[in-house]
Amino acid sequence: MFTDFLSYMVLFNFIIPVSMYVTVEMQKFLGSYFITWDKDMYDDHLGEGALVNTSDLNEELGQIEYVFTDKTGTLTENNMEFIECCIDGFKYKHVGVELSVVDGLSSTDGPHRRICGMAGKEKEELFFRALCLCHTVQIKVEDKVDGLVKQQGTQCTYISSSPDEVALVQGAKTLGFTFQGMKKNLMKVQNRDEEVEMYELLQILSFDPVRRRMSVIVKDHSGRIFLFCKGADSSVFPRVNAGKQEEIKLHVEHCAVDGLRTLCVAYKELTQNEYDQISAQLHAAQMALKDRDEKLAEAYDDIENGLHLIGATAVEDKLQDQAAETIEALHSAGMNVWVLTGDKMETAKATCFACRLFHTNMKLLELTTKNIETYRARGAEKIHELLLELHKVVVQDKRCSSASLLRSWSVTQEYGLIIDGAALSLILKPTQDGGTSNYKNLLLQICQRCTAVLCCRMAPLQKAQIVKLVKNTKEHPITLAIGDGANDVSMVLEAHVGIGLKGKEGRQAARNSDYAIPKFKHLRKLLLTHGHLYYIRISHLVQYFFYKNLCFILPQFLYQFFCGFSQQPLYDATYLTLYNISFTSLPILLYGLLEQHINIEILKKDPSLYRNIANNALLQWKPFLYWTILGLFNGLVFFFGAYFLYDNTSLFSGNGQVYGNWTFGTIVFTVLVFTVNFKLVLDTRYWTWANHFVIWGSLAFFVLFSFFWGGIIWPFLQQQRMHFVFAQMLTSISAWLAIILLIVVSLVPDIVVKLLSRPVGRRQLQCVRYAVPELLAFRYTTDSSLIEVKNLKN
Amino acid sequence: MNRQEDGVLLKNKPDNTAFTQQRLPAWQPIMSAGYVLPTFLLLGLAFIGIGLGLLFSSNSVIELELDYTGNLPNSSCYPCTNTTIKGCKCNVQFKVDTLLVGPVFMYYELSNFYQNQRKYGVSRDDDQLNGDLQYLKNPSEYCFPFRRDSKGRPIAPCGAIANSMFNDSFVVYKMNDNGTRTKVLLNAKGISWWTDYNVKFNNPPTDNGTDLQEVFKGTVKPINWPRPAYELDTNPANNGFINEDFIVWMRTAALPNFRKLYRRVEGGLQRGNYTVEISYTPRLPGD
Repeated sequence: MFTDFLSYMVLFNFIIPVSMYVTVEMQKFLGSYFITWDKDMYDDHLGEGALVNTSDLNEELGQIEYVFTDKTGTLTENNMEFIECCIDGFKYKHVGVELSVVDGLSSTDGPHRRICGMAGKEKEELFFRALCLCHTVQIKVEDKVDGLVKQQGTQCTYISSSPDEVALVQGAKTLGFTFQGMKKNLMKVQNRDEEVEMYELLQILSFDPVRRRMSVIVKDHSGRIFLFCKGADSSVFPRVNAGKQEEIKLHVEHCAVDGLRTLCVAYKELTQNEYDQISAQLHAAQMALKDRDEKLAEAYDDIENGLHLIGATAVEDKLQDQAAETIEALHSAGMNVWVLTGDKMETAKATCFACRLFHTNMKLLELTTKNIETYRARGAEKIHELLLELHKVVVQDKRCSSASLLRSWSVTQEYGLIIDGAALSLILKPTQDGGTSNYKNLLLQICQRCTAVLCCRMAPLQKAQIVKLVKNTKEHPITLAIGDGANDVSMVLEAHVGIGLKGKEGRQAARNSDYAIPKFKHLRKLLLTHGHLYYIRISHLVQYFFYKNLCFILPQFLYQFFCGFSQQPLYDATYLTLYNISFTSLPILLYGLLEQHINIEILKKDPSLYRNIANNALLQWKPFLYWTILGLFNGLVFFFGAYFLYDNTSLFSGNGQVYGNWTFGTIVFTVLVFTVNFKLVLDTRYWTWANHFVIWGSLAFFVLFSFFWGGIIWPFLQQQRMHFVFAQMLTSISAWLAIILLIVVSLVPDIVVKLLSRPVGRRQLQCVRYAVPELLAFRYTTDSSLIEVKNLKN
Repeated sequence: MNRQEDGVLLKNKPDNTAFTQQRLPAWQPIMSAGYVLPTFLLLGLAFIGIGLGLLFSSNSVIELELDYTGNLPNSSCYPCTNTTIKGCKCNVQFKVDTLLVGPVFMYYELSNFYQNQRKYGVSRDDDQLNGDLQYLKNPSEYCFPFRRDSKGRPIAPCGAIANSMFNDSFVVYKMNDNGTRTKVLLNAKGISWWTDYNVKFNNPPTDNGTDLQEVFKGTVKPINWPRPAYELDTNPANNGFINEDFIVWMRTAALPNFRKLYRRVEGGLQRGNYTVEISYTPRLPGD
């Protein structure tokens, strides 16, 4: 009958643990506070700690396989310092605090010359004026603002969305040209002769990460109109038709190898007519109602052309504190670290070496425009060949080394891949015959063989594209993206876990992230400690919930065979209701919040422990089956134990009185509540007073509640089923014995399993020893030749 | 940084307490053979001790089981299986070989009787059984279809459980050597739970002088009962809803095969031959 069906639904609905959902949400929400509260992730300089924007991902932090990190501001401080510049092909470097300009090149490979003798005063001044004018820096007397840079000795503070600009303006200042601020469209620049020059600011062609350059158009007091442009070398060089390109290019590359950030500066003089035309063009684009962005980009593209290159700047960006250690820790935790940056290849490479993402024993494979250029002549599809070659190198080497794998670990060669934006877009560009997925697969296979991947010259969307590419592979790895600036937002949003640094370039990344941390080094604690713990906690919580509801409902189910399938509940309604709410909920919640199966300090120290839980190790079939079998076993013991002990009146009080069905159910329920809580007792490895309080408190509450519930004739109840059932049960010695016996029998298998599997401490060490060899081999390979794939082309 | 900023920093800085830093003092048990084995050993010994105790005490339990179903033609109760015979009685003999020290518990056992059937189990009115006058005359809906008789009069006690009350009665005789028999004293007091007898079950209040029959006026006996509730016993302390046989029956059994306590033989049973006289209708102690 249908009503029977509905009754069964009501009776067995507890097998689907609705209460688990509530507990999991509470665990996640409350648990995220421990991340916020962690003082190890507090940055004194910034005055802020970690910020948790979502509480849903705590356990994902323990499952990260790929880490995508931005470079500037993430691996580095984003605390720029103007180091040197190149004017018309001559290198200028300012040494220490002295503001003298010396010939940097001369110290090793060039002749000594005086300041003005090299590039000529006119060129020099033009360059510095360009630095002073081509920016969006503002002057603030008031401080306490984001991105604040305070100067010593002067009142004014330069503020900009980009620290590079501040560094450049400040660099120009130390070299004699001081930007003094804006007044009604007039930019004031104090030159070396202490004179104030006024420039009328006509247009700003603002910076964007896709164009990677910005321009200003200014008019000086004599009415000449200049366009100054500064930007990444790759985006400026193609638009230059005059100036000493070769020398400057050389200088830029030289700087990049040293890990400096370079910008090129160019200008062109405009006639009034030309300017009017430009102005009209810009105006039209700005006023466009449709596709304004595209039209603006087009207009900018048009305007910034035919430039005259005057020089380049180099700005140093220091590595963040412990960036290298953090990356090493992530590596040994089994994560693949990819650096995605907008910087040029040489700069990025240098940074990667500095932060030990690459090291000298690594074979670096390059998949960059430089390499592809040689193929260009034969058509862009030839990238296929390059990919195949790389693939051959990596995969075949792997194959032959895997044969010798058993003999020696040290044979394995470690690979690093460098790929740039242009090459990536070529690979990902769909071809006519739809061969793009093939390229994609090749690229992915190569990437997966590489321990470190560097992607440079990435546009923000390309970063997201890379993340997506990896995210959607067959294995569906859990990805994490970390970045600090607006250009990282797309990648932060794309990855499973997005982490924002509270950096200097505003809060876009932090706002769009799941977790915001002050510094890159805090990633280590966040993943290795918090992630690991939360993964253990939540997976245990979930399995425990299924277990406890299984052995809760199984006796109820079995009872149906003995009551004529009449949907008779085994337990009293209050027990049914309170089981998941009061008697067994708090202990597991507290476990989910406080459990530390491995001490936090050990987790911090030994990153390889992270590998123990990789690939969702605790929520696989094996642990699931273990819990299920345990639940089934316990349910069977509860019911049939009570059934056989109860049968034939062997379970009676001393005076011969007999018990009814509610006593039967109460015996089963008592055994159940105690067993389930004791199971947690066996699992808990970190006993704080709170754990003691809730576990013993829950049991005490159960006993007290049962006395209370049975102690009174409740006026609002139609049936006084439980009246004195619990107390009467406890008057019988045989009931006591039965309860103790059943609890012990239920727990014995788990205890035996726990004893047979090795003790905690030793087992972990064992795991580490098993997991590490490959890692060690990667780290300490004897082969030291750094072979670049360039050679392969020939 | 000036002082004011320091203040701001302090405000944001997480508290360095054991709780927020997850450094609560904790005991970390590691299960190792070193102390688990001795614990197991001690527990094992304790259980062996308890087990031995239980074994001896359970071996000292002597159980005599008499079947009076009468399903075999040569058994003495066979004639009583004919339901047309009213007030059928039969005798079953048994022999006690060893002295049974009192108290000896006398149970009746039913098999395949589903007292735990859900609809059967709820078919009672605990308010009525508690002596609530209002429910006496107007029993709960749970009692349906044993709530009112065909004429609409309320049934007291209502419900299927009460209606199906077990009403065989037993008298035990000791067979003397000279052919006579003496009745064995059976104690019906205290066969039900103390709380059931004193708290949960109560007769409707009888105003001074009026007897139970007066109070039950307007109600009818359960359909299958030969006599109304107020005639279950002559002893007022065991009559009506507080009749202990009735209370025992009302505590529904957990399983379809169950025993219920019938009487207690406080003095125990001497060696010898005994007869149980089973009567298929309830009888008053005087009979």
